[in-house]
Formats: sequence, C-alpha cells, structure tokens
Amino acid sequence: MRTEIRIAGFGGQGVVLAGLLLGEAAIRDGKQAVQTQSYGPESRGGAARSEILISDEKIDYPKVIEADILVALSQEAFDKFRPAVRKGGTIIIDRDLVNAEADKVHSAPFTKMADNLGKKVVANSVMLGYLVASTEVISAESMQAVIREKVPKHTIDINLQAYDEGIEFWRQEK
Amino acid sequence: MDPDQYNRVVKAIGKRELFAQGDEAYAYGALLAGCRFFAGYPITPATETAEVMSELLPRVGGTHIQMEDEIASMGAIIGASLAGVKSMTVTSGPGFSLMQENIGYACMVEAPCVVVDVQRSGPSTGQPTEPSQGDIMQARWGSHGDYEIIALAPNSVQESLELTIECFNLSEKYRNPVFLMTDGEVGHMREGIILPDYGEYEINEREKPQRRPQEYVPFLPEEGKVPRIANFGCGYHTYLTGLTHKPDGLPATDDAGIHTQLVTRLCEKISEDTDKLTKVEELYLDDAEAAVVCYGITSRAALYAVKILRSRGKKVGYLRLITIWPFPEMVLRSLGAQVKRILVPEMNLGQLFHKVKEAVGHDTEVNKLSRIGGVMHSPQDIIEALKN
Repeated sequence: MRTEIRIAGFGGQGVVLAGLLLGEAAIRDGKQAVQTQSYGPESRGGAARSEILISDEKIDYPKVIEADILVALSQEAFDKFRPAVRKGGTIIIDRDLVNAEADKVHSAPFTKMADNLGKKVVANSVMLGYLVASTEVISAESMQAVIREKVPKHTIDINLQAYDEGIEFWRQEK
Repeated sequence: MDPDQYNRVVKAIGKRELFAQGDEAYAYGALLAGCRFFAGYPITPATETAEVMSELLPRVGGTHIQMEDEIASMGAIIGASLAGVKSMTVTSGPGFSLMQENIGYACMVEAPCVVVDVQRSGPSTGQPTEPSQGDIMQARWGSHGDYEIIALAPNSVQESLELTIECFNLSEKYRNPVFLMTDGEVGHMREGIILPDYGEYEINEREKPQRRPQEYVPFLPEEGKVPRIANFGCGYHTYLTGLTHKPDGLPATDDAGIHTQLVTRLCEKISEDTDKLTKVEELYLDDAEAAVVCYGITSRAALYAVKILRSRGKKVGYLRLITIWPFPEMVLRSLGAQVKRILVPEMNLGQLFHKVKEAVGHDTEVNKLSRIGGVMHSPQDIIEALKN
C-alpha cells in the first residue's frame, strides 16, 4: 500500500526536516520511502512543503497524487492543499495558525506547546508525535530513534520531550 | 582503489545504508570512484554535493576548493585531472553556462573529468529552487566547435550514486568530460540507498603511456582512438593547448589536414562506441503499440502511468534513456519500426524530442509533452496524452 503524506507550511517551521525524519523512520520500519521537498529561495518565511511516500513496494512516482495525510501549518498551505486530500484522508493542523472552519480535522497547538517548552522550533517534533500517534503510519519507536539520531545533539532532550507531548496530546484528545 | 581507500570512504560517509539525497549520492559515488579533487561554486540546487565533498574529501586524503566562480571551478578540475587526480565539479544551469568554454578545452586536451549538472529552471537565473531538464541540448552543444560528449541521466538516488561512479569510469576510459545530467528534483529527493561493497563495482583507472619518455607522443593513440597522455609530474614532457595541435601536442593552426584528423578522432573515439555506451531501461515493450520515451525524473511519472495503462489493457511500453549522449539512435530507430506512436515527456519545451523524431523516421508519430516551471509531470498528464 502506498501512503502519501504532505506537510506544508512556511520556511523555518522545520517542514523539510520533519519529512526527512518521517522517511528515515519508515526505512527503519523496513518500508520503502521517498521524500521530496519544495521551497522558495528564502530560508525563512516563504512557502515550504515536504512530501513523503511510504510503501511496502518500490515507489515509482515520487510525489503526492492525492494525500492520505495532510499536515497544514499555515493558512495558505491549508487553503492550497486541502482540495488535494483523498476522500476520507486525515488532515492535521496547528489550531493557532489555521482556521479550518467546518472541516473535520485533527488539530493541536503545536507551536504554542513548543513555545511552552521554551523552544518554538521544536514545534515540528510535537507535530511528529501527534502525527505518529494519530495515524500510526510508522512505529513510535522508529520515530523516536530517528529524532535522537538526527537532531542537533544539544537539542535531543527537548525534541524528544516535544515528541512525547505530541503523542500525549493525541491520547488526551482522543 | 585499494580496500583501505574503500574503507576510509565508507568510514567517512558513516554507514553503508542511508536515507540520502541525490546531491549527497553524487558525492558518495564520486568518493567511491576514487575522486580526490573537487572544485566548485555553491549554487541551488547543487550546493549539498559541495558541502558533503568539503566535509568528506579531507578525511580521505582529498582536496576541496571553493572557487571564485564556475569558470575557475572547471579550470581547477581540469588542472587537477592533468596532474593525475580524479576530479569533479557540481553546478546548475547558470554555472554550467559559465563552464562551457573550459569544457571545450577539456575535450581538446582530453582531460578526464566529471561535471554534475543539477538542472534547474532557466534561462538565466530562472527559478533557482525548481527542477528542469532544460540543459539537455546545452550538454551536447554548449561549447563551440565539433566535439562529442558523454552524458548520463539518473532517475533515483541509488542510481545517482551508481551513475556517478560510471561517469568517472567513462571519463578515464575515453579521456573526455562526462556529464551527469540530473535535476533539482532528484538532487533534493531522499531515498534509501546502499553503498556497494568493495569489489561489487568496477573502477577504471587511467591508462599510463607504455612508451618510454623519449618515444612518447602524447596525442598519438597507442591503440584505438584514445591516447595515453601522461599525468604531469611523472617524467614525461607534455605540451597542452586548446589550439589545434599535432600528435606531439604543439600547435598547428593553419593545416586543414591536422585539424581534421584531430577533431575527427576526438569525435569518433566516442561516437564509434555509441553502442557500447548505450544504457537504456526497457519495460512493457514486447507487444507495445505506443511507447513513452523518457529520461531522468520524468521517467518516474512515466512508469507509473504505463503500469496503470497496462492494467487497463492498453499496449503501452516504456523506454528510459540512461545514456543521453551519445544519443542511442539505433535503439530509437528499432522502437520506431515497432510502435505507431511515441510520447516524449520532458521538463523543457522539447529538446530530446527532436532527436527522437529524427531517429524514428516519418512513419511513427512522435509527440512531445512539455512541463516547465518546476512542476514535474503527473502520471495523469501522461495517461491523458496517450489517450488522445
């Protein structure tokens, strides 16, 4: 089965890194994965997105056709990519950054939670915790191991804490 | 390369199984092929390769120089190569344009070297972060005069690594610049890759002259059409010039015969080996009535589309060119004799399309399917185009 994930927001939110970590974790789970990215020339502020495909088989087309999972971290991203979500697909938003109106979505205050931990930039780790817990698209253990391996050394603890809070938030809300 | 060198490379990379970008894979492939000199100038979407080289080359006894521009980068790798070190540079369209003059020089003095072009949307500075296949004809004709080039196009990260090794092997064998024509999509795409084990892949080393220094004629091939030019600093005297030169290397610029002989040999050493150099991937072609002819990242959409069409009973085949230059004309000619229709999807306004059309003749309908602006074809685009 081919699972298509799109994470979209703006530069600086860790959208590309989150995609990389998801792909890496999928490989660790013994699956095939492809991650692609798209961003503007500016390193912060411009639109950014990352697409991750996970499958048990070799992946031919490396881009999202119809997203099974959309993570929208900006209003612009939500408005742009909402129509490209498969019917019955999962939408996850940062509730303080996106107004999804009457849409049926999963939402959590990723950025605010990260801010409360003292580091806004770990919002992507909160989101990954929430994503992994709510969709079970990859194993929580692989995700945790990959975060430990890939984030800058001095931020491992806070990233793991952020990740756990994302998982916990999903459990509470469920 | 000996096992120690191999182990040093693998140790520098860190592990043999990675989730890596195309841009990283070009660097890994180069190191595994024995590249020990890199000169380049940062440019999106190729910079990551230079970053990896700057970090890893010193750890395996190599040299990385960030140059002042791409003209100098090309000059530096030619110089390093002539001193006997396998050399590479990486760039994107704007830098590739600047390199063209020195690429011609490398062809003329027969300096083996590898240029990776991570194509982005042009002309000029265009769309820096967006992929394209707009440099395909520039790769063939970007420098002035008559010359031949070898160019390969990968469509995955694993293949990026393998074809970079192949680029080095071919550049050493033919003593010519070899291009890896990749793009921003493959360059920034991440996939699982496995580094080949020692002995699992071939490495060509440069042939040294067999004649003694006194009998040495640098541009007179000892056999075939590729001369064994001595590396600088090993006891042989070699005069190199971009001017038309006699077999002894000295300029002779007003003799039609000498020029004709030299330039014909430079071209024929590659064109006569087209069959040997041709690498293609052929799928679903046996009973095909129509075919998609593609290369690079576009092939990933094409294959997906062809599989869907096959599942609907449509007799559609897939031909992917891995070798772009020299153009595999014979493969296209026989495809043209078989199918009624060929679709050529490219991320440009139709470049290799013209070569395909020329090769297959008038009895086969050849259509192009262009996408520019940085968005790759969707499988649906290709399915629609084949429907009509």
